[in-house]
Amino acid sequence: MSIVTVQLGQCGNQIGFEVFDALLSDSHSSQGLCSMRENEAYQASCKERFFSEEENGVPIARAVLVDMEPKVINQMLSKAAQSGQWKYGQHACFCQKQGSGNNWAYGYSVHGPRHEESIMNIIRKEVEKCDSFSGFFIIMSMAGGTGSGLGAFVTQNLEDQYSNSLKMNQIIWPYGTGEVIVQNYNSILTLSHLYRSSDALLLHENDAIHKICAKLMNIKQISFSDINQVLAHQLGSVFQPTYSAESSFHYRRNPLGDLMEHLVPHPEFKMLSVRNIPHMSENSLAYTTFTWAGLLKHLRQMLISNAKMEEGIDRHVWPPLSGLPPLSKMSLNKDLHFNTSIANLVILRGKDVQSADVEGFKDPALYTSWLKPVNAFNVWKTQRAFSKYEKSAVLVSNSQFLVKPLDMIVGKAWNMFASKAYIHQYTKFGIEEEDFLDSFTSLEQVVASYCNL
Amino acid sequence: MTQSVVVQVGQCGNQIGCCFWDLALREHAAVNQKGIYDEAISSFFRNVDTRVVGDGGSISKGKICSLKARAVLIDMEEGVVNEILQGPLRDVFDTKQLITDISGSGNNWAVGHKVFGSLYQDQILEKFRKSAEHCDCLQCFFIIHSMGGGTGSGLGTFLLKVLEDEFPEVYRFVTSIYPSGEDDVITSPYNSILAMKELNEHADCVLPIDNQSLFDIISKIDLMVNSGKLGTTVKPKSLVTSSSGALKKQHKKPFDAMNNIVANLLLNLTSSARFEGSLNMDLNEISMNLVPFPQLHYLVSSLTPLYTLTDVNIPPRRLDQMFSDAFSKDHQLLRADPKHSLYLACALMVRGNVQISDLRRNIERLKPSLQFVSWNQEGWKTSLCSVPPVGHSHSLLALANNTCVKPTFMELKERFMRLYKKKAHLHHYLQVEGMEESCFTEAVSSLSALIQEYDQLDATKNMPVQDLPRLSIAM
Repeated sequence: MSIVTVQLGQCGNQIGFEVFDALLSDSHSSQGLCSMRENEAYQASCKERFFSEEENGVPIARAVLVDMEPKVINQMLSKAAQSGQWKYGQHACFCQKQGSGNNWAYGYSVHGPRHEESIMNIIRKEVEKCDSFSGFFIIMSMAGGTGSGLGAFVTQNLEDQYSNSLKMNQIIWPYGTGEVIVQNYNSILTLSHLYRSSDALLLHENDAIHKICAKLMNIKQISFSDINQVLAHQLGSVFQPTYSAESSFHYRRNPLGDLMEHLVPHPEFKMLSVRNIPHMSENSLAYTTFTWAGLLKHLRQMLISNAKMEEGIDRHVWPPLSGLPPLSKMSLNKDLHFNTSIANLVILRGKDVQSADVEGFKDPALYTSWLKPVNAFNVWKTQRAFSKYEKSAVLVSNSQFLVKPLDMIVGKAWNMFASKAYIHQYTKFGIEEEDFLDSFTSLEQVVASYCNL
Repeated sequence: MTQSVVVQVGQCGNQIGCCFWDLALREHAAVNQKGIYDEAISSFFRNVDTRVVGDGGSISKGKICSLKARAVLIDMEEGVVNEILQGPLRDVFDTKQLITDISGSGNNWAVGHKVFGSLYQDQILEKFRKSAEHCDCLQCFFIIHSMGGGTGSGLGTFLLKVLEDEFPEVYRFVTSIYPSGEDDVITSPYNSILAMKELNEHADCVLPIDNQSLFDIISKIDLMVNSGKLGTTVKPKSLVTSSSGALKKQHKKPFDAMNNIVANLLLNLTSSARFEGSLNMDLNEISMNLVPFPQLHYLVSSLTPLYTLTDVNIPPRRLDQMFSDAFSKDHQLLRADPKHSLYLACALMVRGNVQISDLRRNIERLKPSLQFVSWNQEGWKTSLCSVPPVGHSHSLLALANNTCVKPTFMELKERFMRLYKKKAHLHHYLQVEGMEESCFTEAVSSLSALIQEYDQLDATKNMPVQDLPRLSIAM
């Protein structure tokens, strides 16, 4: 089955480009470290999933590019074509002359309705090219106006017009120390609206990716391109083909459906995070060997201690004792910073993958009481190595990972809202104080639900 | 791609405008070596086939034929505008873009605003409509004017209302040159405060600049260059130091160097909208992020570095110095000390080979020494444009919404009251038709109310930042 990617705003389009580039680079890699037959099946599956019929032998990304100003889209089109390996469809773009001005209300209430028909037509044409359609992958930032406001509008339209298809939004969480001043307002409006219209939110924090670039990749002067490539690596590691545990003879066919079936058992809990191991610079990689036991031990510790990367993990965090009453468990969670999960998916790629032991992730103490580990935990595998790593593991987690960041954003937005600062910029385009209050109420509910796991 | 129209008013506005168009041409010539009319150039220039008679002849693609500035030039005396039309920029302007008179406004806001406003309203509107018709997506009017003289302060603010009524969705960004205490126009306090009321009511953003700050910056550069300390390594043709390249000429016409600074401010402000970068910022994002309340739309600017060293590879320390300097009171284009006042919001607009990690590192480094208002503790708006200014490898424009503008307004009010109490020169204003004493009282009330807004914000300074109780959810 195929995924149609919708790239929104400067951020969504820059990341989308890196994702498609990473997917195809990995696919074409000669270091798959597996049999030729295996490699060919992997490549065919990747191609069907993300690219449509070739034009002069060049794969065309199953993507729709949307921005309200043209500079970035034009850049992405030419960069893709220059690679010679793949390109974007010439008619898969929608852009205008003036952006949304970091104003969620402008993106949602002005650009949205004004361009709804044009954008949805382009999306429809892209969907119709798919022999078998799995769902939408929507890449956006929640800090600005186009990615966030127009992104929320488009996602809502996709829900209305493709109610039987899945929608997953990949959302870029802005730098906590500020990159857009109204980012907290835009974020709460985005998240509260997407919570109603999307099936899952896959969230990446700019701060965390920045730290990975600095500390693990050893990049001295980090550019947005560096950050986007790490993001693309993480997304590629999730979406490249894998086998399920139950069926080791065919690559799974419904990537979005399977992912959400495993990870989103309840509509109140749909915030997903990704943790990858290893992340390493080329230089360091040459001198390092990995064992599955080592990788998975670190990955599990990252999960339970709420660490964002493999460096600096708190090794003193342990699962709470089973059998304690819920009140005590909550107290333990708070004191020990233990990260409780709803559901986790571990994806393993590379050499000797069949020998990897994931029993540590099946401990009932990791999970909320109303879901059994046999349902809460899943593992996907392939012997085909990913990117440059002989062995790699990725955790996609529906857990308390994002409670603290969300709580902080809601808190900052609330403080600003109390001062009434910037509200006039939103009311000018039809977003009133009541809309803000609805967003706050909705997200406080999400925070409370995750806190009470 | 959007377009902007520059409206240069009065002697000061037109002198700065002249520098702006010169630098804009040079900047686009440096970036666009093939002479193709591209989207970036189209933001400020039309491409015209001069063989076509009349107002048509616009060419949207292909080779550059003849570039015409998207500009309206207004002065009530002929000297400066005539000089422009005789000068090296004559081909960039068309006489249809001009509105001039011969008698001048006599350093009198009332004459500029009431007499010439009424007299030329229709012509002004016609010029604006014509310039707007040539744009396919007009986003912003940039008004350049001084506050001390009669035409800049009077007619310069009169047209704000005209623009607001005719083009309500197009931004009005105003670059206002404020008089210093030693200004030779004795009525400048009257003109400035009468103009302030109009700026309060009709501008989207105001970038206040004062001549004394520009002069101090030029003097600082002179001292640095002539001390021999950096003499051998300062690029003589850096845009900020001098457009003429000859340092001696700089002393003859210090206003050229001062005007260049203002021109660079406008080019840096719009660079991210015109050129590519990894973190774009369009003009509509500036007021969105930097104006938390409609009345508080005054932004203090600083441009760093002031001069360019010949080293092209920038050690991080020197790059960090660029960021530190942006918050120093010596680099502000208004005599103001933002570091010791309260920030409501701050934009950092970087050009050249600077990466996001440089930006983040410096925000982290500077944050502890700056005080932000309680509800906007991380009030940063950032942009990265990959194209540096001509002659520089990198530059930074910082725009601060900060209570440090208050002393400028308070001093202005004091100078106004000193004149007003004695009713000095009042009759020159009151004899103008439509002018009443209530114009003065309303203007000073408007300014007082603005000062009070900043006072209330300053009162929250040094208070502990406490999170407010949040909505509770019933489980």
